[in-house]
Amino acid sequence: MLTRRLPSRRNFLRGLAVSASAAVLAGCDRLDALSQSDWFRKNVLHVGEDINTAVQRFFLKPTSLAREFSEADISKKFKANGSTNPDDPAYRALAANNFADYRLKVGGLVENPMEFSLADLRAMPARTQITRHDCVEGWSCIGKWTGVQLALVLDKVKLKPEARFILFTCFDTLEQTLDDTGRYYETHALEDAFHPQTILAYGMNDNVLDIPHGAPLRLRTERTLGYKMAKYIRSIDAIDDYSKISRGNGGFWEDRGYDWYAGI
Amino acid sequence: MAATDAALPEGQPHHGGTVLVRRHSGLVRITHWINVLAIFFLLISGLQIFNATPALYIGQYADFDHPVMSLTAKNTPSGPVGITQIGGLHFNTTGLLGLSMYDGQWAARGFPGWATVPSYQDLATGRRWHFLFAWLFAINGAVYLIAGLAGGHLWRDLVPTDSDLLGIGRSIVEHAKLHFEHVRQYNVLQKLAYLGVILVLIVLVLAGMTMSPGLDAAFPFLVDLFGGRQTARTIHFICATLVVLFVVVHVVMVLISGVWNNLRSMITGRYAVSAESEAHVD
Repeated sequence: MLTRRLPSRRNFLRGLAVSASAAVLAGCDRLDALSQSDWFRKNVLHVGEDINTAVQRFFLKPTSLAREFSEADISKKFKANGSTNPDDPAYRALAANNFADYRLKVGGLVENPMEFSLADLRAMPARTQITRHDCVEGWSCIGKWTGVQLALVLDKVKLKPEARFILFTCFDTLEQTLDDTGRYYETHALEDAFHPQTILAYGMNDNVLDIPHGAPLRLRTERTLGYKMAKYIRSIDAIDDYSKISRGNGGFWEDRGYDWYAGI
Repeated sequence: MAATDAALPEGQPHHGGTVLVRRHSGLVRITHWINVLAIFFLLISGLQIFNATPALYIGQYADFDHPVMSLTAKNTPSGPVGITQIGGLHFNTTGLLGLSMYDGQWAARGFPGWATVPSYQDLATGRRWHFLFAWLFAINGAVYLIAGLAGGHLWRDLVPTDSDLLGIGRSIVEHAKLHFEHVRQYNVLQKLAYLGVILVLIVLVLAGMTMSPGLDAAFPFLVDLFGGRQTARTIHFICATLVVLFVVVHVVMVLISGVWNNLRSMITGRYAVSAESEAHVD
């Protein structure tokens, strides 16, 4: 029972160092393999983000507002990320004419599908908010956004009872693919779509929204990370399920491993 | 004495004048080892996440031209170099920070591949690892704190007594001489280090939560507490660095102050102390 044959401290430390470096090398490969395993990603790794979603849904009331800042807080330089100048022909054609021919199509599971020109949207009540944009990469910028509340647009087209999500289809292709799954899109829960700070922005920092930041129309959902706020919006559809759209995870970045809820 | 007191029968005086006492409760031992696992994965996934923007800022938003710290790579006539910038200081950290080898090639990365999970650049997967172990860590920490407050472990074993604090000078001298007493209670430097790391870990969690736009809307005071999301990110990083420093010192102290005795006490709970010290306790 008594084990007296213990290694000397020096040998012990040497052994520890050797096994530690071997473990690091073997461990790296093992952890990379786990990181790429579909089963492990879906059933184990995703648990943390599932809890994030449940906890945030619990604490976030529909009335919880993202902080609004003052003019003095606005970033001198607001980084433009993702697509910054889409070269898709349909977009180029609209941009060439300064988006005068742009029509936002709103349809899907709605009572009366409609089209909105930029003038139509500007004629609706506007909301201006100075908010912090949080990129999943870790940086933040503060900007001033002007647009129409998405709720007002959705009220006009009247959602059917079976509508559960709002789909934003964009003009830009962020990744070249053969099957069009590189086109940017996003989906949102109705709770976030009808939030008072959720706007379709056509203005930024007292100017017309520019191309790098999503002209002519982009989404602002201020309680989420930046990738949920689709730029270059082409059409909006009410849907009941996003699993058949593109690669089935509810958004361009979600199809590439990022979380759908994106509240942290 | 480290190598000889590995398997003493409990409670009986040993020829070296030691007795085994029960030092760590089951709860402390279990939460300690869960912490080891969770903090390891939080660190390597945290470095992966950091690498997506390998720079730190102060304030509500990122002032891209003025990071307080950054890890970058740049080309020079004599080849690429990795630069670590902290405030106004710049260090060449080629091979480790800013620029390191990955798969036999130079890669411009904040922290090197061997320090991150996954080893390649993959923010989405790094985040999944991070949140998974963040919840394990948070639940484990909550159990420890609630039990430690309710059961008295924190007050009884970690908060220094007046005489502890008066003896701090002597304790520092003893540590500097690498002379370690083996008694049931933690010494004053241990108490302060353990309380300190608990505090750092609480700040670290709160700073992590402050980086969430969702939680900031639910709990607006978080942003005020840290003075902005970017400051919170910097504090999160500093706290993580302090935890790494704690772990380094902690492991060194475990190794040099009787590795088997220390390891056994954190696994089985039993710790060999000098019989003399126990006589005083009784």
